[in-house]
Amino acid sequence: MVVDDKIYGGKEMSEPIYAQFKKWPYPVNYGKENEISADVLIIGGGIAGCHAALNATKKGAKVAVVEKATVLRSGAGGDGVDHWHLACTNPASRITPEEMVGVLKSTFSDYGYGEFGNGITAYISCQESYPALLDIEKMGIKVRDVDDLFVGASFRDEKTKLLFAYDYDNRFCIRVQAANVKPALQKELKRLGVGIYDRIIVTSLLTEGGKPGNRVVGAMGVNMHTGEFYIFRAKATIVSTSKPNGLWVFSTELKGSAALQEPNLSAESFAMLWNAGVELTMMEASGTRMQTGGFSHFMYSTGNSHNTWFACTLVDANGKEIPWVDRNGKILKTVEERYHCAPGQRAFVYDGPRFIPDLPERIARGEFKLPLYADLPSMPEHERRAIWGLMVGNEGKTRIPIYLTFQKWGFDPDKDMLQATVQPPDLYTWGAWWKGYGPRQYRGLMGGGPVFDWDLKTNLEGLYAAGSTLACGANHSGSATTGRYAGRKAARYASTAREPVIDRKQVDKEKARVYAPVSRKDGMGWKELKAGLTRIMQDYCGEYKNEEVLQMGLRWLSSIGESEIASAGARNPHELGRTLEAMAQATVSEVIIQACLARKASSKTLDFKRLDYPQMDPPEWNKFITIRQENGKVKTGELPLNFWILPPNAPTYEENYRKHCEL
Amino acid sequence: MEDAVYMMPNPATPNQCVVIDPELCKGCNSCIEACRTDVLVPNLEKGEPPIVLYPEECWFCGCCVGNCPVPGAIRMDFPLNQRVGWKRKATGEYFRIGMKNPPPPNERPPIG
Repeated sequence: MVVDDKIYGGKEMSEPIYAQFKKWPYPVNYGKENEISADVLIIGGGIAGCHAALNATKKGAKVAVVEKATVLRSGAGGDGVDHWHLACTNPASRITPEEMVGVLKSTFSDYGYGEFGNGITAYISCQESYPALLDIEKMGIKVRDVDDLFVGASFRDEKTKLLFAYDYDNRFCIRVQAANVKPALQKELKRLGVGIYDRIIVTSLLTEGGKPGNRVVGAMGVNMHTGEFYIFRAKATIVSTSKPNGLWVFSTELKGSAALQEPNLSAESFAMLWNAGVELTMMEASGTRMQTGGFSHFMYSTGNSHNTWFACTLVDANGKEIPWVDRNGKILKTVEERYHCAPGQRAFVYDGPRFIPDLPERIARGEFKLPLYADLPSMPEHERRAIWGLMVGNEGKTRIPIYLTFQKWGFDPDKDMLQATVQPPDLYTWGAWWKGYGPRQYRGLMGGGPVFDWDLKTNLEGLYAAGSTLACGANHSGSATTGRYAGRKAARYASTAREPVIDRKQVDKEKARVYAPVSRKDGMGWKELKAGLTRIMQDYCGEYKNEEVLQMGLRWLSSIGESEIASAGARNPHELGRTLEAMAQATVSEVIIQACLARKASSKTLDFKRLDYPQMDPPEWNKFITIRQENGKVKTGELPLNFWILPPNAPTYEENYRKHCEL
Repeated sequence: MEDAVYMMPNPATPNQCVVIDPELCKGCNSCIEACRTDVLVPNLEKGEPPIVLYPEECWFCGCCVGNCPVPGAIRMDFPLNQRVGWKRKATGEYFRIGMKNPPPPNERPPIG
């Protein structure tokens, strides 16, 4: 069928409908091999991958970065960052790395420190966050108030011109103007001669002899524009892809791929770790995504006072202000008090000043009338300009989508109050970003990832991890710091490692697997596959679990694997990439269910409810469950909480860091 | 003159994630270079505006707009189901993205 008319819906060339009748715009060469050799291969060119590449290069390694999207703007940090956490070694800081790790430990749980990772990653961040910030400053990113826009503000250090967020007593979180950090990093990578390979979905690790559990010697992938095959041969490999998203939730109809987290964060990286025999942990932990799924609004685009919007005044429909309290429940009378510790509090990240804890009840009683509004006009000038101009102007997905778009439509923070979403009273709790809500079966992986040591090395020789790939994860500065650390470690290993040898049989087997869908143009498409797989997780690995239900989930996955997945179809290289993601999603879903079967106890901390083991957090189960594949069988194990400061590691953070940091 | 009418699959729900102005667009494909999900692909005719191929895969990050050398050639608005409003404190007026007769644009640039 040929459509000559370029007009559809009154808009020339703007509809997908017209385009589907056109030839694929890139030259297609399915199966054509490209072979690249490097000392260090970095899989995933986001924030962690870029900092890893820079630091491995500085150590003398020849580096290749392979990226599914485009290093120019890829990853969760691809569109910028506005606050740089755990910069404890900046000259104005009033907290040491040791003290900061103590604060995180008491704020979070022994299983992990939320966006700050675990003991190893958090401590690395505390030591290297400020040096990493100086790295991007050298690339031209403004990390201090060089234009003197905030002179006299209580969050400004007059000597260094650094601007701080959250805890003004301790000054470890720095407000930065880094909307364009990614183009700056890409430019620096190019300047240093790093090989950049964009638009390639990496589907498999190469191991010595092609056997799982052996040393990793590179990876393989497919170009999502051309369909060509890529073989990367490397002495050392760093995985910095982040975690799989969209395992319980899939819909592009609600708000495009924005229904998920960064849309390229799919399952293939964890599937390839699993298939290579990498030991994973925390895979059983999933949590509700009610406020981040497809039904919610975009982050930062609604009135709230969390994260980038901390600590904006909120008022009700009649202009009545919502009171703030400190951690101890004392009412705070001024805006300035919201940025300081409570008496007896060493420092805070998320457990600092907050709204009155009974706000939901007071809304339900009618004391505060919905809708609520973020009252920027009432904020002191410096704070208003910091929230709307600096932070909403530079955080990921805020400068163009929010700051410039809202202002184009006339929003003026000096005059206008941004509405908070209207939702049930019980959801107006502190910590939620008040962006609307979705169904409770919308869950996401919480903290799962490869087990790693003080070298950021996995259980496989030659394989390192960085950024939010790591078990427990990392935020922007955590990705930068673990990236630079893993870059040094991998380069060091590569400097003495033997030549990597690729097993041709492994290559041929992977090629047969990855190109199978293009021969089946009428097979099930990637969207229905992904949506169907999320239903398995919602039904059989949801909020409540038991042995029978989890086993049923495995049965479904196995059945879909030999039927719908085995006959999946793809009509161009883009669809092929997405189909390979769906295939990997089935693998990772199975790993998650296996991990859930292995934890035979409920846990409040892990949001893990086993109907057949209802007792919450029995002491003997306060440990990490590990899981890996060995000789085709699932092998589970365990690690003690705080293993990072238990034997064979040294008993203090500093000793471990000094011994391993390669500085 | 009557337009030809065709059988067509339905449009995706957010189907105007980015809108290109064919008068301003030079067809340089800088937006494609910055797109993380192939929402945009090159036009087969050189110099013509890119094709919005996969609007339902858009993350609404705005990187395409940021990478465009011609102001106004490509614009991004939130999907219709993603718009909250704001209230002018002094007057009580209520505004939103996409409204008829919006207030004049606020030209103050972001910091940095």
